[in-house]
Amino acid sequence: MADAEVSNVKTLQVKRFKPSENPKSTFFSEEKGLWAWMTTVDHKKIGLMYLGSVALFFLLGGALALLLRTELLTPAKTFIEADTYNQFFTLHGAIMVFFVLIPSIPAALGNFVLPMQLGAKDVAFPRLNLASFYIYVVGAIFTFIALANNGLDTGWTFYTPYSTGSTSSVVWVTLGVFILGFSSILTGTNFITTVHKLRAPGITWGKLPLNIWALYATSIIQVLATPVLAITVLLLTMERTLGIGIFDPALGGDPVLFQHFFWFYSHPAVYIMIVPGFGIISEVITAFSKKHIFGYWAIALSSLAIAFIGFLVWGHHMFTSGQSAVATTIFSFLTFLVGIPTGIKILNWVATLYKGSIEMKTPMLYVFMFLFLFSIGGFTGIMLGSLSADIHLHDTYYVVAHFHYVMMGGTLIALLAGLHYWWPKMTGKMYNETQGKIAAFLIFVGFNMTFLPQFIMGSQGMPRRYYNYIDQFTPFHQTSTIGSYVLGVGFLLIAYYLFRSIFSDERAPSNPWNSRGLEWQSTSPPDLHNFDHTPVVIHGPYDYHKPMEEFQLGLAASHNGHGGHGHGESVEVTTETEKA
Amino acid sequence: MGGLFDFMLPELESPMTGASTDAVMGFIHLVSFILLIGITIALIYFAIKYKRKSEDDETPLITHNNTLEITWSVIPLILVFIVFGWGYKGWLTLQSPPDDAYEIHVSAFKWGWTFGYDTGAQVSNEVHVPAGRPVKLVMQSEDVIHSFYVPDYRIKQDVLPSRYTSVWFQAEEPGESQVFCTEYCGTSHSDMLAKVIVHEPEDFKIWLAKQGSGGGTPIERGENLVGIHGCTSCHSIDGSDKIGPTLKGLFGKEEQLADGATITVDENYIRESILEPKAKIVAGFENQVMTSFEGRVSDEEISDIIEYIKTLE
Ligand code: HEC
Ligand code: HEM
Ligand SMILES: [Cu+2]
Ligand SMILES: [Cu+2]
Repeated sequence: MADAEVSNVKTLQVKRFKPSENPKSTFFSEEKGLWAWMTTVDHKKIGLMYLGSVALFFLLGGALALLLRTELLTPAKTFIEADTYNQFFTLHGAIMVFFVLIPSIPAALGNFVLPMQLGAKDVAFPRLNLASFYIYVVGAIFTFIALANNGLDTGWTFYTPYSTGSTSSVVWVTLGVFILGFSSILTGTNFITTVHKLRAPGITWGKLPLNIWALYATSIIQVLATPVLAITVLLLTMERTLGIGIFDPALGGDPVLFQHFFWFYSHPAVYIMIVPGFGIISEVITAFSKKHIFGYWAIALSSLAIAFIGFLVWGHHMFTSGQSAVATTIFSFLTFLVGIPTGIKILNWVATLYKGSIEMKTPMLYVFMFLFLFSIGGFTGIMLGSLSADIHLHDTYYVVAHFHYVMMGGTLIALLAGLHYWWPKMTGKMYNETQGKIAAFLIFVGFNMTFLPQFIMGSQGMPRRYYNYIDQFTPFHQTSTIGSYVLGVGFLLIAYYLFRSIFSDERAPSNPWNSRGLEWQSTSPPDLHNFDHTPVVIHGPYDYHKPMEEFQLGLAASHNGHGGHGHGESVEVTTETEKA
Repeated sequence: MGGLFDFMLPELESPMTGASTDAVMGFIHLVSFILLIGITIALIYFAIKYKRKSEDDETPLITHNNTLEITWSVIPLILVFIVFGWGYKGWLTLQSPPDDAYEIHVSAFKWGWTFGYDTGAQVSNEVHVPAGRPVKLVMQSEDVIHSFYVPDYRIKQDVLPSRYTSVWFQAEEPGESQVFCTEYCGTSHSDMLAKVIVHEPEDFKIWLAKQGSGGGTPIERGENLVGIHGCTSCHSIDGSDKIGPTLKGLFGKEEQLADGATITVDENYIRESILEPKAKIVAGFENQVMTSFEGRVSDEEISDIIEYIKTLE
């Protein structure tokens, strides 16, 4: 950025460290055993534990989704009661939002990748990192207690006064969400500090991978918005247990106030879910097109712009709620403004492909799927931001389709891109490419078959959260249900080949994609301390036009007996030290 | 515009409220569709044209292009301003019922709708209106939040327990349109349906006159009240249990309570069950709630309901 002032330039002795293809010790081979894992402060192990938990919750949430879709095969009762259906959609929504998407990319993949992309040994506060994981587990236990005990039937939105009067276990779940929030806040704080303090020599703000920018923007939202959710659920709990009237009109409260509080968190929360996905897309699209990212600053800063404007649009969930007319107008206007930075990103990614060297491996297939599906999600979001259209579409299946295109077609597909991209680094094993492509195809077909018909029936008037529906909507619901089975098969296939790859004895190369990213300049899987030297960075993470050797540099002094592997050519580089 | 996407919408029955909505939806769908096709073609074209030929492929360094960046920020910005203004205009119409609108009171409850006319007539789950005249609904909820939605008119408005909200429309032709509740409200949310029945103005007058003002014998009034207050969405009159126990054969019966006691059902017990449902809970229904009707039914009305329940043997 600014000119290098003389005092800010230091001369570093660096040499090349070529990662070994056959590492003797990795973070798997050290600190083995259940107890070592449970008490580990290693960000990679914690990341994998998060990944495992997120996968379990996704399995549960997914199974519930298939049960819901099966019930909707016929207009009246198919096989479960209305109350059961209501509990299932509530749990499905709550699990997918709070236990899958919010922690998925930051806490699972981010934990693994963030310190490595910064060339650090770990996050800034490793113990706090472990604490966040256990807080997440405790939050989950509270939710399971609710499951076993009356369930929850309020929808994941907990709207009052319904949730004040409901006989289901509202308090347990709200406490679960409250606890979970701390996990999110701590992870966010940890990441912000790590990005500021632990960047390897040479990584200036302008050389941060876009994945880091995205996680950084996400962390800011997590730290600022989550406390509001905590207060909201706490107030709800107080109202239910102590009878203090805040939201319930019968006690002198205001039910619309709850909606304001709730969406003040939950709209930014949708950016907590999607922005990390943007980060992955930038990493994968450059690696598989061997191209410098187009519009680095446009992409980096638009994440921050989205993070900030995202705080000012919560009222677009309440256009029909009876909020004031002025508020409604302003919220609609601001909503459109968030659309712009999002659109800019999409176009920059497409432009990145221009004159690239494109290889359609599984992660790249998911990037293409993301660009297509997320665009649909974005366009339909513009539709919902438009006032008169939203009056007609609010709380119909159009909205259900819209948020599945954004959250599943966006975040989850980006997560799959990242999972396949980093899988060889995380596990040291390669999955079966053909099966990967078949699964991607099944997911693409299944997804569109499930959710495209929902746009049509929603627009024709099919309300959401409906156990029964009128006959006219039957064909749409049935297509959607069959699509969801195809989708389910796709996910099972992924689970199958990923699981199998872990137990195969074929080793993945240290950098199968020839990526320039710093995290790839380590062994697969990495050493317990990520690198056996202090990495030094002189190029940007997307400088695909420069030779690989220049990306494998480390402080010459930190050479620690890696013997013959390092090609020990000493170079003198001057680098700009970062300004904090 | 956007005729391509007309198939997505139901037939418009209230052009005064819905025409602008349909137009803006058609416009957004069309523009989005064109842009989406553009993006998709670019993706496929690049994937084929720049397919990797060898691991040593070299790619040019293209970092950014300010002209492009500004173009694709400004054009979408203009488009969204159009869409904002258009949506806003349509919405203003929805917010401003004409002064001569015919007013009907709506009461929403778990799980049904009652429509009250200025003659005193009350009907449940059917709202009869005259064609060609603006109708304004003034709505209030008896319990949780509901939402009044008529897809054919493109109108929707939440119905709140704490204050009045309103919505208006003008159906041009006689016919029927579906009403849905679109704010989740519990077990039978998806059965909380109603119909708008549009009559020629003359027929509407005749229909309204026939409704009287809620007169009749106490038993007839009681039967009507049980429908209007939604008792029948929780209590059957045919002997089967729904959310609550059946009302059939209730009067004079020995009722088993949740705390183990038994009680003979008489007038006072029914009265208490309506005003203070939590005072004595029927065994087997501990996990269900009946909301209190305190302040919503008058003493005379309770007497009428009791007379009606007595006839259900
Ligand atoms: C939301 C559902 C619901 C609605 C609406 C409702 N009730 Fe109930 N009612 C219940 C439930 C559940 C019980 C059983 C629990 C209890 O005793 O409080 C009950 C109990 C009763 C009882 C006692 C029955 C017995 O077997 O002892 C009477 C009488 C009664 N309701 C009358 C009415 C009347 C009259 C209305 C309409 C003004 C009404 N209820 C509306 C749910 C409802
Ligand atoms: C990343 C994956 C997913 C996420 C984040 C997600 C999220 C959500 C959310 C937040 C809701 C709203 C719940 C509520 O109204 O309270 C919901 C509803 C629903 N989802 Fe998903 N979902 C995902 C995947 C799926 C899949 C794969 C299917 C189908 C197989 C599915 C089917 C449904 C159904 C049927 C509903 C109920 C709609 C209604 O009645 O309103 N979801 N989902
Ligand atoms: Cu929002
Ligand atoms: Cu409802």
